[in-house]
Amino acid sequence: MYEFDFSSIPGALPILGAGLLVTLKLTGVAIVVGIVWGTLLALARLSGNRLLGTMAAGYVNLFRAVPLVMVILWFYLIVPTLLKDWAGLGQGTDIRMASALVAFALFESAYYAEIIRAGVRSVPQGQVNAARALGMTYTQTMRLVVLPQALRNMLPLLLTQAIILFQDTSLVYVIGLADFFGAAYKVGDRDGRLVELLLFAGAVYFVLCFGASLLVRRLQKRIAV
Amino acid sequence: MSMIAIDQVSKWYGTFQVLTDCTTHVNKGEVVVVCGPSGSGKSTLIRCVNALEAIQQGTIVVNGMALTDPKTNLSRLRSHVGMVFQNFELFPHMSVTDNLTIGQIKVLGRPPDEAVARGLKMLERVGLKAQAGKYPGALSGGQQQRVAIARALAMDPICMLFDEPTSALDPEMVNEVLDVMVELATEGMTMMCVTHEMGFARKVADRVIFMDQGRIIEDAAKEDFFGTPRSERAQLFLSKILKH
Ligand SMILES: Nc1ncnc2c1ncn2[C@@H]1O[C@H](COP(=O)(O)OP(=O)(O)O)[C@@H](O)[C@H]1O
Ligand SMILES: [Mg+2]
Repeated sequence: MYEFDFSSIPGALPILGAGLLVTLKLTGVAIVVGIVWGTLLALARLSGNRLLGTMAAGYVNLFRAVPLVMVILWFYLIVPTLLKDWAGLGQGTDIRMASALVAFALFESAYYAEIIRAGVRSVPQGQVNAARALGMTYTQTMRLVVLPQALRNMLPLLLTQAIILFQDTSLVYVIGLADFFGAAYKVGDRDGRLVELLLFAGAVYFVLCFGASLLVRRLQKRIAV
Repeated sequence: MSMIAIDQVSKWYGTFQVLTDCTTHVNKGEVVVVCGPSGSGKSTLIRCVNALEAIQQGTIVVNGMALTDPKTNLSRLRSHVGMVFQNFELFPHMSVTDNLTIGQIKVLGRPPDEAVARGLKMLERVGLKAQAGKYPGALSGGQQQRVAIARALAMDPICMLFDEPTSALDPEMVNEVLDVMVELATEGMTMMCVTHEMGFARKVADRVIFMDQGRIIEDAAKEDFFGTPRSERAQLFLSKILKH
């Protein structure tokens, strides 16, 4: 019978904490950039402009048809060269972190773009007409009337996507970046307590994600009124 | 001088011709009622007047500005043409006050305090001053439509367009909205109203336009229209809606 021994966890908390910070940073940046870039992509697809629409659709379909792990690896291989060529950086900067941030932000944008596009389309055309009739420009109509309402309609989906993203960041293990999962794995490997550490990490992921999804559900109820 | 001059306007949705050779002029201070069966193109015509819809043939000139002229700033023009919709279309994520001021502030560039003062004055005019802090969802349909009228008036419009403003309302709320419109009409506002409220037409309209299948079939002074409409279709239509 296997004897559980969780005694290596307390001492490893600083390492695990640092890992959690990496996970949160990846999640946070991907959400912010993903929503901004995703909004632009969604507006491009909704604009009615053929060229813009096709380009945005191509981007969205490409990223949604490729496994995230591969995107992370691609950018790990590409970003260093780009950084050297463009900015002369590369020595001091953390390549793993930088490439993972870029990969997640660009990948998530594709998913956010689709959520935002559906959200914008959920706002009735009459609202657009009313805004235009007041003399608002296209940009004002979007910013002041359509997007605020769209955001409200799609908030639950955006948050659900954020929860999935939070879990998916663990995939950065393929480029050796020590996020929360990576840190737990390293500590477990080092102390020969892999099972305990992975159980602990799993419990933390579960508590955070389940708690967040409960919040989303409550939010959904409040918005529905 | 015509405030709204619609000349030989035709419009297609794809291959479907929704307006055919429509011509009518609305003079300053005139009240024109547009009626006709559902699907006859009334909404489309009135939406063409502030360029919410594009036309493919003919010209529309509003207050001397041609909508088809590429030099015309359409947003600017729309800001001076008030429009009231069948489904009110208040912005549900804003309070009544914000609904009344957003256009004044963002489009006309009025200082916020001035915009609030003007908005509240218009709200008082439609009898809803006490509702300023509420959200549209907390108001009845009739109240929402009155706020929508106040929102349009707060922009100091040179003319007002109404697209069946009472047809989404419960019967007991129709009059509170019509009363506001009658008052506007008697004060000399130039108005183009799509409505089937013939009582309203009798009371304040100068002219009545009857549309069918995208054409203006009848464009007559009120007395002539209610006396003896020339076309059979208009007679039939009138006899149908006046029975109720
Ligand atoms: N966006 C659109 N695309 C295609 N057909 C339309 C569109 N809007 C209206 N129509 C059609 O144009 C005709 C006139 O519509 P409308 O102006 O709304 O009529 P009314 O207001 O008199 O009921 C109808 O047959 C309607 O189906
Ligand atoms: Mg209509």
